[in-house]
Amino acid sequence: MIQGIPIEHFLVVSTIMFFIGVCGFIIRRNLITMLMAVELILNSVNINFVVFNRYLYPDQLQGHFFSLFIVGIAAAEASVAIALIINIYRKLKNIDVENVNELKF
Amino acid sequence: MFYLFSGIILICSLLTITTRRILRAAVYLLCVLLSTAGLYFMLKYQFMAAVQLTLYAGGIVVLIIFSILLTHHITHRFKHPDLVKLIMGVGAALVGAGLVFATIFSNSFQPASVQELPVDMTVIGTQLLSTEKNGYVLPFELISILLLAAMIAAIVIAKKEKNKNTEI
Repeated sequence: MIQGIPIEHFLVVSTIMFFIGVCGFIIRRNLITMLMAVELILNSVNINFVVFNRYLYPDQLQGHFFSLFIVGIAAAEASVAIALIINIYRKLKNIDVENVNELKF
Repeated sequence: MFYLFSGIILICSLLTITTRRILRAAVYLLCVLLSTAGLYFMLKYQFMAAVQLTLYAGGIVVLIIFSILLTHHITHRFKHPDLVKLIMGVGAALVGAGLVFATIFSNSFQPASVQELPVDMTVIGTQLLSTEKNGYVLPFELISILLLAAMIAAIVIAKKEKNKNTEI
């Protein structure tokens, strides 16, 4: 743990970051910026895991490993999402979410 | 130092979702991820910080910038979001943040006084691949299969479909 900095400060930072991500996911209409908002959300959850591990259970490593796995899953998710976005762009020439309703029948 | 990093995180994550140029949004996202790696260094999780730097800042941001360059004109600017959506998004975020803050400050966290485990590569490697207690070999294998599946899926999805026409 860092001397002089309580755990609540970390939690406040990661909470604000999480809800900035949620807000961006709602107000943006572009697929790539929505993907960036999801990355913000995953990153704030990672901070939470690591800080809880370091402050409350410093003799174990559970939070550390969970955030490692979250980083791996985020990489897989981003690669598949970007493949989908590029495919949608080839078909529609546009990647706003309003236009991606052609799969509905 | 902590307050510097958290200030960079908050300001840049706010700018990521409010800027009107998408390439700048990607650069602000890169700043957020770099200062998160700084926080991990301060917490003495060096391996986690290195993974954050290489995978997030090196991999995902480069992937996002590639896709931006493939799908947008560089001078493209977004329209402002309409007012109803803006109010609903900010309202949802504020309500959720208030709930979480109330929960955090009504709970008293007691920092443990146990001796800190030194996190070097030997400890991480043996725990990641051990089948004993505190072993993580099952999620390790699962995530390797997941990464393989994601790689194949990305290739299959993004492949051009010209082959059919040439065969006919």
